[in-house]
Amino acid sequence: MAKKFRVEVTADECKGCGRCIAVCPKKLLSRGKELNIQGYFAIIAENPGNCIGCGSCFYQCPEPGAITIFEEE
Amino acid sequence: MSEKVKFGRSKVFFDTFHRRPGPIKKNMHYCPGCGHGILHKLIAEAIEYHGIQEDTNLIAPVGCAVFAYYYFNVGSISVPHGRAPAVATGVSRAKPESFVISYQGDGDLAAIGFNEFLQAANRGEKMTVFFVNNSNYGMTGGQMAPTTLPGQKTTTSPYGRNPETEGYPTPVCEIVNALTAPVYIERVALTTPGRVANAKKAVYKAIQNLKERKGFSLVEVVAPCPVNLKMSADQVNEFIEKQMLNYFPLGCLRDKTADMEPGKLPAPVIRDEESVRKILFPVRSENGVAADFRNSSAVFDQELRVKIGGFGGQGVLSLGVMLANMARLRNFNVSWMPSYGPEQRGGSACCAVTVSRNTIPSPIIDRGGNLLIAMTQAALDKYLPELRDDGVLIYDHTAVKLPQLPETMQTYGIDALAIADEKLGSSKFANSVLLGVLAAVLAKNGMNEADKADFDKAFAEAVEEKFGKKPGAVEANIKAYEAGKAAL
Repeated sequence: MAKKFRVEVTADECKGCGRCIAVCPKKLLSRGKELNIQGYFAIIAENPGNCIGCGSCFYQCPEPGAITIFEEE
Repeated sequence: MSEKVKFGRSKVFFDTFHRRPGPIKKNMHYCPGCGHGILHKLIAEAIEYHGIQEDTNLIAPVGCAVFAYYYFNVGSISVPHGRAPAVATGVSRAKPESFVISYQGDGDLAAIGFNEFLQAANRGEKMTVFFVNNSNYGMTGGQMAPTTLPGQKTTTSPYGRNPETEGYPTPVCEIVNALTAPVYIERVALTTPGRVANAKKAVYKAIQNLKERKGFSLVEVVAPCPVNLKMSADQVNEFIEKQMLNYFPLGCLRDKTADMEPGKLPAPVIRDEESVRKILFPVRSENGVAADFRNSSAVFDQELRVKIGGFGGQGVLSLGVMLANMARLRNFNVSWMPSYGPEQRGGSACCAVTVSRNTIPSPIIDRGGNLLIAMTQAALDKYLPELRDDGVLIYDHTAVKLPQLPETMQTYGIDALAIADEKLGSSKFANSVLLGVLAAVLAKNGMNEADKADFDKAFAEAVEEKFGKKPGAVEANIKAYEAGKAAL
């Protein structure tokens, strides 16, 4: 069985730089419409369950915990 | 169905950045899209992977990354601008069990600290240096850096960097590659996922070299600075790919790690912890207040603020040192600050001595002094305005003509040079004569018997400390001191 992954963006930790948007091979990430606690338009993940767990967005993100990728067991 | 974290916050970061001021405790202070955050994550992961968190010392000098200690749960030191490799060397000498990382930006490493960095690389210190190259001074708002590209506009090169007047970008990796000692030199970028994967490999390798103590490793990271370059995330990646990489080609310039045996750091030369502690933390009472304050004189209520002026060669500076040493032996807070002309003999000489029960905020005495010892007319004219109206003036009455003075000022004219010459056959004992005079002055101003005796004893101890190996000199100085006491 293929592994399943889920990407999660913690809205309040995101600074909305947009580095993750371009690198996602499944185009799951886009800029949100709501300001977060820091005053940035945080990134949101659509269909987070379609994530393939490549980690590209995680390593493009300058924040330590804004993006987390979970693997289902 | 349960989940586990595949990619997430590293354990080497603090869970909450409690050291960071302000309400936001989960984020770093870097601008959106900054390369520092990405490199921080890679370094944190590498430290975690290699299991060296306990003994790692991350040294970040001035630059955007100066607050790295907010984030990394490792030993951290913030050091002056550019001095990270020098301090890192010190740390590795003092603590051979530590793993020392220096984390520097381009203004820090390639400009103000280039010498420290090159010397450390040339010595082959067993440390790892991460060099973040973003083509400008980010922390201060995007000024021209040594790594700024020709034609690139910054706030201090508004018409673009002109190589004719400002030179070309500094190729740090290539310069270090000319040295013999470094074992690993690589330049990486953070633009595409592939580049980041290479950067990750390089960071892991550099940390492995650190762990195995193979030698000096340098990883240059071409990092995005979208805010200061006034670009979006995509534009800054394009700028790096199309322009910066022409001047800073990526790749491994040197990798001698396979040929190197794992080493270890040299043992510290001196590790007498007790004497180091004695120097760094002298015995003091609480709040910087000196113990055993015995100055009961009415004039010198809290502090003895002395200015001594004269010709070079009259013993002006050594008189100050002797007085300071006497106070030091009695556990006071002391400062001694000399100021003299370039001549070995002659010329003007002056020193300021402060003896206090409390912490001395500044060694400078430019007003409010309560004792002036003037050996020449020039010194008197120069330093008299600094003396309090109720202060004490001791002067050489053969050399100095007194002006009109406030009535509250106490003056004592004495020819210390002549007394020393007459009683001891040499004018070089004049400073001990003057200390004797000072003892007499203190006695006149209400010092009690116990303190008088203690002052004499402190002088004897200070002389013993200085001239202990020359018994004749001890005797002569004490004789001069007694002569000074009697002369008043």
